[in-house]
Amino acid sequence: MDIKAYIALSLTLFTIGIVGVLTRRNAIIVFMCVEVMLNAVNLLLVAFSNMHAASTAAKALPTFASDAQIFVFFIMIVAAAEVSVGLSIIVMLYRNTHSIDVNFLNRLKN
Amino acid sequence: MNNVLQIVWLIPFLPLLGFLITGLFRNNLSKGASGFIASAAIFGSFALSLFVFFLVKAGNTHVAHYFNLLKIESLTVPFEFKIDQLSTLFLLIITGVGFLIHVYSTSYMHDEDSKDFSKYFSYLNLFVFSMLLLVMGGNYVIMFFGWEGVGLCSYLLIGYWFKNNDYTNAAKKAFIMNRIGDLGFLLGLFWLISIIGTVSYDEVFSAASLAKLSTTDITGITLLFFIGACGKSAQIPLYTWLPDAMAGPTPVSALIHAATMVTAGIYMIARSNVLYTMAPATQNVVAIIGLTTAIVAATIAIKQNDIKKVLAYSTVSQLGYMFLGLGVGAYTGAVFHVMTHAFFKALLFLGAGSVIHAMGGEQDMRNMGGLKKYMSITNMTFLLGCIAISGMPPFSGFFSKDEILAGAFAKSPLLWGIGVVGAMMTAFYMFRLYAMTFLGKFRGTHEQEHHLHESPKAITFPLIILAILAVVGGWVGIPEIFMHGGHKLEAFLEPVFTQSNAIAVKHEISHNTEFLIMGISVILSLLSLLFGLKIFSNYKYENEAPATGIARVLENKWYVDEIYDKIITQPLKSLAAFFDNVVEKKGIDGLVNGTGKFVNYGSRQLRWLQSGQVGAYILLMVIGMLLLFIIQLFIKN
Repeated sequence: MDIKAYIALSLTLFTIGIVGVLTRRNAIIVFMCVEVMLNAVNLLLVAFSNMHAASTAAKALPTFASDAQIFVFFIMIVAAAEVSVGLSIIVMLYRNTHSIDVNFLNRLKN
Repeated sequence: MNNVLQIVWLIPFLPLLGFLITGLFRNNLSKGASGFIASAAIFGSFALSLFVFFLVKAGNTHVAHYFNLLKIESLTVPFEFKIDQLSTLFLLIITGVGFLIHVYSTSYMHDEDSKDFSKYFSYLNLFVFSMLLLVMGGNYVIMFFGWEGVGLCSYLLIGYWFKNNDYTNAAKKAFIMNRIGDLGFLLGLFWLISIIGTVSYDEVFSAASLAKLSTTDITGITLLFFIGACGKSAQIPLYTWLPDAMAGPTPVSALIHAATMVTAGIYMIARSNVLYTMAPATQNVVAIIGLTTAIVAATIAIKQNDIKKVLAYSTVSQLGYMFLGLGVGAYTGAVFHVMTHAFFKALLFLGAGSVIHAMGGEQDMRNMGGLKKYMSITNMTFLLGCIAISGMPPFSGFFSKDEILAGAFAKSPLLWGIGVVGAMMTAFYMFRLYAMTFLGKFRGTHEQEHHLHESPKAITFPLIILAILAVVGGWVGIPEIFMHGGHKLEAFLEPVFTQSNAIAVKHEISHNTEFLIMGISVILSLLSLLFGLKIFSNYKYENEAPATGIARVLENKWYVDEIYDKIITQPLKSLAAFFDNVVEKKGIDGLVNGTGKFVNYGSRQLRWLQSGQVGAYILLMVIGMLLLFIIQLFIKN
């Protein structure tokens, strides 16, 4: 398949993520948008890796193409860890403020 | 190195010891003890100086080298004393007159607290120490140490009665005026070092070193040295401190501001005579400044009423004569005049001190008069001093002043003519002073009249010795025309000036001319002497109209202090005010406060960014990232 399609999909997902983060006030949705952005990048990584697999550089150096694929696994693991931390923060937020509105989180101001 | 003159370090060491003892133990020493210690120290130096004098007279001159003061690359400054005819002569003057003045002071300062009394003597000893260092030093750096030391002691002693604000101001004035001169001396010294690379007299005056100096160098160096001499020896334009220095105790005026310290400039030029002879341009400057000072100071002295002020201006005037002598190349004459002047001016100051003592602190001559009756010894010695300074033969002043005037005549009859006018004025104001003080009727209060008495022995003894010296002191320099080989001083000092005599352009004057100029100056001086005596012997305070015209200008000392105030002090004050109000308050404070205000204002504005809204932060982050992307896009391509 043409690499352009992957790039377009990835860009779309990333933009959705940014817009979501910027506009939504619900902490969980913001959090999900962050995940969407993360995975948009992951998708791009895998797509480029696949594209390069056929290149001459990859033939000379066998690990060249597979590096990115392994990276993606690392990112997923780190993301999973981050999700658990992030979710627990949101839980604590809810316990303390009885709200998950991020705009409510300006108590440090003044 | 086994020369017996190696022990000359004892000469300045004794006064230093005296200074330390009287200074450190001033709270414990009685008046008698500190006076005795200080006088004994100077007497010890005097005895040693006499011993050294006879050795030098026998032809034993010596440079006593002790250790190296500092050593920087090729420049070595040793601590050494040069003992030759010139320094020995000054040693005798300083320690001899110094000793008499110490003795005098024990009585004159007797009303002081014993602590202050010791302090006074410790300063006096420190002064003698510095002065000895100045004349004995074997190089310009040691001389400069002494030079600064005497300046300091002069400051301390002028401001001895420091509770009086005017006196402290006079002390400060003297110090600052001296500093201006010292700067000139120091610059000249640096110039000399940069070219010759040595400071020891023997090396500087050697033919090899002198060959390194161009005409510009030598003129510049000698002019800068002369500025130093102007400061120390109170010449135009730096003379105004000396009359104010009369704020100090009278013996101090006699020792420092008449006999010794103020002659330091003359000593320095006489010591550097080779350099000056090689720079005729500077010699002319020296002669002209000297003569101008002699005349200006003499005119001021005519209209002063304070007995010490008259003597102070007279000192400035006589110093001017000495510089005239140096300028016309009559080095022996100048040094001779230093010697005779030390005798008769110290005598006059001490006599004035005796009068002031008797009058209970009164210094205004208008309130004196008729003291002849009450103080016969003071009167007699003072009269001898007046005759000596007026240049009447065969008193000492005649020989030395005549030698200078003869030297001036040889150079240019105009210099001589003006010099004679100055000599006439000298005779006039000295006898005005004498007549107003000792002749006529007493014009003071009854209380003062009742108090009048002859001073004690400790005061009259130095007066008598100095009076004898003032009379006979000139006989060591009888001119050739009166007695063949009579000028013993010239023969004695000859080795010091050999080098410059070889270079100097000789102007011989015939014996008849010399008789003539001598006769003219003596007769004119005698006439003005008698004139002064006649006018003022029956002086009455009441019939004096307020001064007008030129008399008023003279009474106000040519307004020199006022002019200095207008052209130097006031502009400096305005400049300081400008820097204070504009540069400091607006400029520097503005910069500092402005920085603070800018930070304050800027942070107040930036604070709005910290809204606490998570969305806003993220928006900014995204905008920042986009900007970075765009920038990167442009840089890459």
